Amino acid sequence: MEGIKGALLEVQEYVRLSIAIVRGTFSRPFYAHDVVEQLDVIGLGSLTVVLLTGFFTGAVLALQSGMTLDQFGARPYVGRLVSASMIKELGPVLTALMLAGRVGSGIAAELGSMVVTDQVSALRALGTDPVRKLVVPRVIAGFIMCPILTVVANAVGLLGGWIIAVSQLRVASSVYWQSVADGLYLEDLWMGLIKPFFLGVIIVTIGCHVGLRTSGGTQGVGRSTTSAVVAASVTVLVVDFFLTRLLISVLF
Amino acid sequence: MRRASLEEFGLPIELVEPHAPVVLFDKVSLAFDDKVILDRITFDVRAGHTKIFLGASGAGKSTILKLLLGLLKPDAGTIWVLGHRVDLMNEEQLMGVRHHMGMVFQEGALFDSFTVGENVGYKLYEETRQSLESVRQRVEEVLGFVGLGEHIDKQPSELSGGQRRRVAIARAMAAKPTLLLYDEPTTGLDPMTSLTIDAEIIKLRDLENVTSVLVTHQLRDAFFIATHEASRTASGAIEMVPAREHKLEQADFVMLKDGQIAFEGSAADLRSSSDPYLQAFLS
Repeated sequence: MEGIKGALLEVQEYVRLSIAIVRGTFSRPFYAHDVVEQLDVIGLGSLTVVLLTGFFTGAVLALQSGMTLDQFGARPYVGRLVSASMIKELGPVLTALMLAGRVGSGIAAELGSMVVTDQVSALRALGTDPVRKLVVPRVIAGFIMCPILTVVANAVGLLGGWIIAVSQLRVASSVYWQSVADGLYLEDLWMGLIKPFFLGVIIVTIGCHVGLRTSGGTQGVGRSTTSAVVAASVTVLVVDFFLTRLLISVLF
Repeated sequence: MRRASLEEFGLPIELVEPHAPVVLFDKVSLAFDDKVILDRITFDVRAGHTKIFLGASGAGKSTILKLLLGLLKPDAGTIWVLGHRVDLMNEEQLMGVRHHMGMVFQEGALFDSFTVGENVGYKLYEETRQSLESVRQRVEEVLGFVGLGEHIDKQPSELSGGQRRRVAIARAMAAKPTLLLYDEPTTGLDPMTSLTIDAEIIKLRDLENVTSVLVTHQLRDAFFIATHEASRTASGAIEMVPAREHKLEQADFVMLKDGQIAFEGSAADLRSSSDPYLQAFLS
């Protein structure tokens, strides 16, 4: 019973924070320089990990699918498989999971530390709304940067697949890129681009929610960091499923 | 929208008369789950006076400051601060009352990612459109007041514990508050550093006419603040001297025990009390 009550309370507080974020986004005061700072922290800061993840995912996809396609004599179609997998599903989800690990945990740890050292109370005492100052800029940055990073991951994923296709599978470069183009429909691109907007917001809002509800000193900060990563990663996968279901029914 | 100046920031002080209490707690109660923190607490603080809250850890001392600032809401009772019912206000309205208040948190609560100067001038930089030059001027002025002018560009992590508390005091006074709240300002500091913090609190009270509410369990500091006053010598230097009679009357002690007020009175009354709990606490 206590567990259910606790879970409902968490949901209630998350919804309350989400409403405050919407209000804070469309009304003043608005801390624009914090948004710019967060675009740098969340976007540029995550670039390396997204580049590596995207590249090697594309490469391993080409390797694995090359072996399977060989059984049907369909090796030239490897580009189609890589592009369809990366752009529709793996690009958005893996980027989101990387952001959950890097950005979600960072936000939870930073805000959690601020809560346990009274810095958030100090902000309120100094006349600043912590949601507007700390949460809204991060959410906006997540909303903008997650799709951009996903596009980057998709691009380097296709590049990784191309390198493997050309160097290991002996598929001609032009055949690979033609296959990539053949495998994609406009609807796929939309699906791959729409999902990251939602996933970016989810990762950041969960990180902020967990961080702001931290209690119990430095141990609590550690707990919050772990909870933020676990909750964001699971939510990303669950929301991805339902979003995909919804987008399929809308787009196709 | 950011305000052009601090004057546009706050709600007006609405005391019914000049000598009305700056703070009034009326039968305030608060409990967290089954644990009663405050049980029908009533007290007031007059302008220019100092109210010092003593009590064991967990007695609800810091909770009183959080209630005053509106960071917590009471379960019952009314809280008046500068003529406003803060227990009924929403966060936006509270910002207007908080404009007149400063708070020195336990351990300082300085923003790690900002320099000392940015910490002190935070409210002026972030919440007003004052020119950077005028903000810098005010920051230098208050840092000079607490004797840390040369540390303006350092990070808080480069300062000692005592220096961090003094920066926290400077930050709290930068926007010229009417009421300053101190949460354990000397806890964990050595006696000599504690004395410098005590002196800052006395200077603010006596030279800047700031009403003070202080929470501590450092008896030595509490009695020092209650029994001394700041005065300027002929050369303009500031010195701490034993308080005169009228100043002694402006400092009150409140002892909290089990969520209730176990004692309220002057330093002399507290010392002469025969109550066994007070005796044990003072010894």
